[in-house]
Amino acid sequence: MTKTADHIKIKGLSKAFDEKIVLNALDLNINRGKSIAVIGTSGSGKSVMIKCLLGLIEADEGSIIIDGIEMIKSSRKTHEMILKKFGMLFQGGALFDSLRIWENIAFRYRQGKNMPPDEARNVAAMALADVNLEPRVLDLYPAEISGGMQKRVALARAVVDRPEILLFDEPTTGLDPITSGVINRLIRRAVDRLGATAITISHDMTSIRAIADEVAMIHDGGIIWIGTIAEMDRVTQAENPILYQFINGEGDGPLTKSETGKNP
Amino acid sequence: MLVQSSNSLIGNGMNILRILGKATLVLLQQFGQLSIFTGQTLYWIFRPPWYGRQMLRQFIDIGYYSLPVVGLTTLFSGMVIALQSYTGTARFSAEGEGAVATVVVLIITRELGPVLAGLMVAGRIGASMAAEIGTMRVTDQIDALATLSTRPMQYLIAPRVLAATCCLPFLVLIGDIIGVFGGYLIGVYQLGFNPAAYLNSTVMHLEAFDVIIGLIKAAAFGFILSIMGCFHGFHSGRGAEGVGRAVTNAVVYSAILILVADLLITSLAFAK
Repeated sequence: MTKTADHIKIKGLSKAFDEKIVLNALDLNINRGKSIAVIGTSGSGKSVMIKCLLGLIEADEGSIIIDGIEMIKSSRKTHEMILKKFGMLFQGGALFDSLRIWENIAFRYRQGKNMPPDEARNVAAMALADVNLEPRVLDLYPAEISGGMQKRVALARAVVDRPEILLFDEPTTGLDPITSGVINRLIRRAVDRLGATAITISHDMTSIRAIADEVAMIHDGGIIWIGTIAEMDRVTQAENPILYQFINGEGDGPLTKSETGKNP
Repeated sequence: MLVQSSNSLIGNGMNILRILGKATLVLLQQFGQLSIFTGQTLYWIFRPPWYGRQMLRQFIDIGYYSLPVVGLTTLFSGMVIALQSYTGTARFSAEGEGAVATVVVLIITRELGPVLAGLMVAGRIGASMAAEIGTMRVTDQIDALATLSTRPMQYLIAPRVLAATCCLPFLVLIGDIIGVFGGYLIGVYQLGFNPAAYLNSTVMHLEAFDVIIGLIKAAAFGFILSIMGCFHGFHSGRGAEGVGRAVTNAVVYSAILILVADLLITSLAFAK
């Protein structure tokens, strides 16, 4: 398989739920090895875009090409083959409650590759060490560890198989600033170590600055701005009032207007 | 004035039609979803890989842990049938161990054993399936399964449906024995029947067909309650309210469908 510079190419992606159009002909190209953050207000379609990318939600129209292979309307086999390239950190961790920590981390090895339990446990222990957690956690259940630890375990599960593409959905939501900082550092380290292409969905600007090389802003179902972190910091209100309001967290502006239908 | 009232009448009529149309569409959509879900479940039950540990867990959960509930229900039902049939048959002079033993064994094996077991397991297992899978849905665990190259239908649903369909006949068989034993206890120790004559009557009027029909019903009820539990959990709405509604729907629809299936199977099996 040829490895193109464009690792992920999204073209004309559209998705509506009943009358509500969430994604409207969205275009986004992500180069191999780049870490991009997708920002936008709640309900702007960031998570829907990620779910379309994974095939968890069927897009109405458009094309998603990964490593030159079309994802949308691909056969089940092709889709499953492409899914193996992905690692995903879900917003709440999404660890399996009924499985121990080591079983969660080594899930792909145990279920997909039939790895013997001892070997899988060792793999999980190494992955756990990479996210700075002690081996004593291995035999606990997710409900027995803190939220921050759950996020680290979920990160270990996402990267253990050395995926080419990493997706992070609100990785620091619900965490205190110190734990958030630790998670950000671990994510950046994992992305750099794997040389993976990463997409992070977040509202947390501190997290975005720590994790991402580039930022794309989604609004009204499409990407309205894309650039580096440095370029984002130079954007003025006159140039892009929507992005400016979002990154500065201002109460008044076009985003508030579009949410409420009027200026507050 | 007349035009105005006729316009409002047409408007009301259109509104009723709109509501009815919408309800029909929702019903058809749900029926379609359920049919696809059932078809996919059947497809994945017979396709490798089979998740042995998941399967074993479900067999233990459904088969082993439901035994006390099914056993107690059928025990007391057998006792009650014995008492009721004794006082009932006395009205047309058919009293005695023969009549009571026959009524108990036929009602338990043909009808009450499978129906009560189905309803009790629907309350215990169907509800727990809907709650567990619904929670997995709202906490993104089902999506996580898909991203970890595991098909949720194959990993979560197929083992549950297979286990429930296979376990219910065994539960009902044990329930039948316990139910008949309940009738025996009342017959012998309260009504003073001769134990040997009671057992003789029990065996004499029981045909293999009665038991087999009961077991077929049990398998059908196991399939229904597990499909309903899994379906409602899998399509659970967001949040605690969504999971709660999924559990309620799973139990209510299971109970209704079990009774409908009971009527259908009984009509087919005992049609004149």
